[in-house]
Amino acid sequence: MVTSNLISFLAEGKATYTDGGAAAEYTWLIVVLPFIAALLITFVGKYLPLKGAEIALATIGFIFAFSSYLLYLNVTEGVASEFFVNVGSIGSFDLEFGWVVDGLSIMMYFVVGTVASLVFIYATNYMKGEIRYTFFFTSLTLFAGSMLVLVSSPTLLQLLIGWELVGVCSYLLIGHYWENKDNSSAAMKAFITNKIADIGLMIGIIVLALSTGTMRISEILYQSTHDYESLKSVAYLAGVLLFIGAMGKSAQFPLHVWLPDAMAGPTPVSALMHAATMVTAGVYLLARMFPFYEGMANQALDVVLLFGVITLFAAGLIAIVQDDLKKVLAYSTVSQLGYMVAAIGSGAYTAALFHLWTHAFFKALLFLGAGSVIHAVHTNSMKEMGGLRKEMPRTYITFILGTIALAGLPPLAGFFSKDEILASLSHGGYSAYFSIAVAGAFITAFYMTRAVVLTFFGEYRGNGHPHESDSMMTTPLIILAGFAIAAGWVNIPGVYTGFTDWVTTRKTPIVEYHPESFDYFALGSGLLAGLTGIVLAYYVYQILGRPEEGDQKIKVEPIWNLLENKYYLDDFYFKFIVNPTKSTLANLIDRFNTNILDRTVNMFGVAASYLGNIVYEKFDQGGIDKALNISSASTEALGARVKLLQTGKAQQYIMYFLSGVIVISLLILLVL
Amino acid sequence: MEALDIISYFLLLSLLLVAAKVVTTSNVIHAAISLVFTLAITAGTFLLLSAEFVALVIVLVYIGAVIVLFLFGIMITRAPLGQNAELDNDKNKGLALAVSLSIFGIFSYVMLNTFDSQINTTSGTSTELLGEILLSRFVFPFEVVSFVLLAALIGGITIARQDNALIDENQI
Amino acid sequence: MSVQPFLIAAAGLFSIGIYGILVRRNVVMVLLSIELILNAVNINFVVFDAMLGDALLQGQIFTIFIITIAAAEVGIGLAIVLMLFRNRKTANIDEFDLMKW
Repeated sequence: MVTSNLISFLAEGKATYTDGGAAAEYTWLIVVLPFIAALLITFVGKYLPLKGAEIALATIGFIFAFSSYLLYLNVTEGVASEFFVNVGSIGSFDLEFGWVVDGLSIMMYFVVGTVASLVFIYATNYMKGEIRYTFFFTSLTLFAGSMLVLVSSPTLLQLLIGWELVGVCSYLLIGHYWENKDNSSAAMKAFITNKIADIGLMIGIIVLALSTGTMRISEILYQSTHDYESLKSVAYLAGVLLFIGAMGKSAQFPLHVWLPDAMAGPTPVSALMHAATMVTAGVYLLARMFPFYEGMANQALDVVLLFGVITLFAAGLIAIVQDDLKKVLAYSTVSQLGYMVAAIGSGAYTAALFHLWTHAFFKALLFLGAGSVIHAVHTNSMKEMGGLRKEMPRTYITFILGTIALAGLPPLAGFFSKDEILASLSHGGYSAYFSIAVAGAFITAFYMTRAVVLTFFGEYRGNGHPHESDSMMTTPLIILAGFAIAAGWVNIPGVYTGFTDWVTTRKTPIVEYHPESFDYFALGSGLLAGLTGIVLAYYVYQILGRPEEGDQKIKVEPIWNLLENKYYLDDFYFKFIVNPTKSTLANLIDRFNTNILDRTVNMFGVAASYLGNIVYEKFDQGGIDKALNISSASTEALGARVKLLQTGKAQQYIMYFLSGVIVISLLILLVL
Repeated sequence: MEALDIISYFLLLSLLLVAAKVVTTSNVIHAAISLVFTLAITAGTFLLLSAEFVALVIVLVYIGAVIVLFLFGIMITRAPLGQNAELDNDKNKGLALAVSLSIFGIFSYVMLNTFDSQINTTSGTSTELLGEILLSRFVFPFEVVSFVLLAALIGGITIARQDNALIDENQI
Repeated sequence: MSVQPFLIAAAGLFSIGIYGILVRRNVVMVLLSIELILNAVNINFVVFDAMLGDALLQGQIFTIFIITIAAAEVGIGLAIVLMLFRNRKTANIDEFDLMKW
């Protein structure tokens, strides 16, 4: 029976794998193609009928098809291989690029391919008529390429490159409507916050590379599982530093501040980057380095777990007080990322990745649905929405499905993934964290139901004429809703744990706990929390009067203010980091620049022009030109004199001739 | 040979004097006649040197034809007859004198240093021998010279002829 | 007799002829002086022939040729002088300086 075979796999802990054959060899195509496509769109896109979107859609379609095929290979045979391309060396370090084709990467390829394809289709319609349409698709394609570079990297160097590239694309896309200062500031905030976190990542990479002597991830993992002394001493430090980098990208507290502001970008961007792909880069990093964490940097996992739990709780609370629909979803994303990070922190590799997998689908669905709503009512604020379930049925139904998935009700996706995380927390014995996580589930359900009620129930409070979006926007919603329903069924403990096999198919074995069946305690707590949240929110906001007054009912003034001001974290950052840098440091550098650097350069310029003048006057005009003039004038004068010899008188000619003869004969006679 | 020496010295001296008169006199007719005398004395010198035929040729051709031609030329160009102070170019005199004297000096120096022999005067040159050599050994130059004379003849006529239409304006 | 007096006389005649060319203003006079020079050369040739005792009498032969050519040259020269006089009404050699700069 299939089931028993799978269970016996679990007992061995590791599946066997092949090297993927030709498909794995050509996986570099999906990494390189988006960059070529981006170039094409830049130069040719304007002239195409769909303004460049065709190229993007074709590329992402190819990526989707290829990654699906790779997933199929992984499911049937198991694939784990890596390929390297050596481009030179610095000192003793080889600069290598390449691509990894193993379970983790294939899962990420598939997630990127699927969500990106649907978002691209959605964006073709959503962004129609918007400014810089072609450039938008260039950036989107570039982003897809950068993300693939990141998740296919076999070396820390390529990982870093992909990391930074993704940051750049994020900056470009968030700041798409940069004519508005708020949007450009949001893009800057995202980039700089990520950059601060990247300091940790870079130092961590340097530490790892120096202590292991290699940049290859597989070798570092090998060294960490085989007890290399040089690595052991710095393992904790490296682990924490790498996690700091992950904190920036995956928006962990306190470096999460950029993600809500990033909602200033267009909604497809939010759906793609800030729900499914870019923000999961941090989780991917932790998952990729999991044997390292599990093996040597075990204490670092405590730090990881702590921050994950803080994040999931704090962000969830803020989501309750938001009036902007996209901000609710943003904080929800932060909170769910906290869940994933907490899962890694508690040693549950598969649970974290499973939650990443399901979250990508239903969060993208929620964002695209929100986009559909916003597109219809032309406002982000939920205060001006309401009663949209009559005008926008498809959006309504898919959004509800997404909410249920996020809240974690069976048989939808979120139930299975969240349950696994709760199970691993309770199995690890972290009872306090477990309680907080359960509370977090309650909060999640609460704020999502609040959002749904405020948006779709009650009476319409706005001024426009909302209508359902057209099929190019609702079809991706429906497809994603299908994924939201079914994505969780790939890892049901005790029944079918294919997902575990998929993501543990790596060259380095993963040591973790795999539950053999449902942990009913965790399951029950989570389910209860979710249901409670939904019911309570519905009650407060819908039944107990009009939805917009629901906030008044549960307001506890001081806590509400604290939450609305995002724990005053942004103010703290501004006061202690941004403003001092802007005023003092920037002034100092400006003065140095003007007085010293500019003056030096000016001096060179003045000296050069002075020197040039001298050369011109003395050497060129006075010297060379003068010499030429003199030579020509003297030749002319000489000629003027000499021509007078030609008088036309024959006697004089004879005279000259004879004088010459005399002179020559005298010469001959006397000298020779 | 002393008598011959004296005669030769006398001849050569008078040669030079007469030649000097050719170039210094301000009377053109005197100059032409002096040239006649120069040529005559030259013919005498030739006789001394036992080149009789050449001497006769000089008398016949040079004095007989060339000088006559010169006289005709003098007449035709309406050269002022009698004393004519404008005949010499006074500006050039000094320089010309210097040049000619230096030429003379150089030539005589070279000649004196190079040639120191005696004249082997034979009893005279046989005209028959001269004719024989002229028509056997030197027949080619002989014929060429005849052509030259022909060309000169034709050329002279061509140059100096006058258009019939202007015949009333010409000066013969 | 020694050769030298004859040679010196020929040289003198030559230089007198040179003087005449350089000094005389009338074109016919210049031609006269040219005759002097040719005459000097004739003397030289005959003297050398006498000195050498040439069996071929080359000196004298050459002298004959020189005389002939001189005669032809005088003929042409005077024809040219005739033309010059017809065009310019003067025989003054200083007047014929059109070939100047």
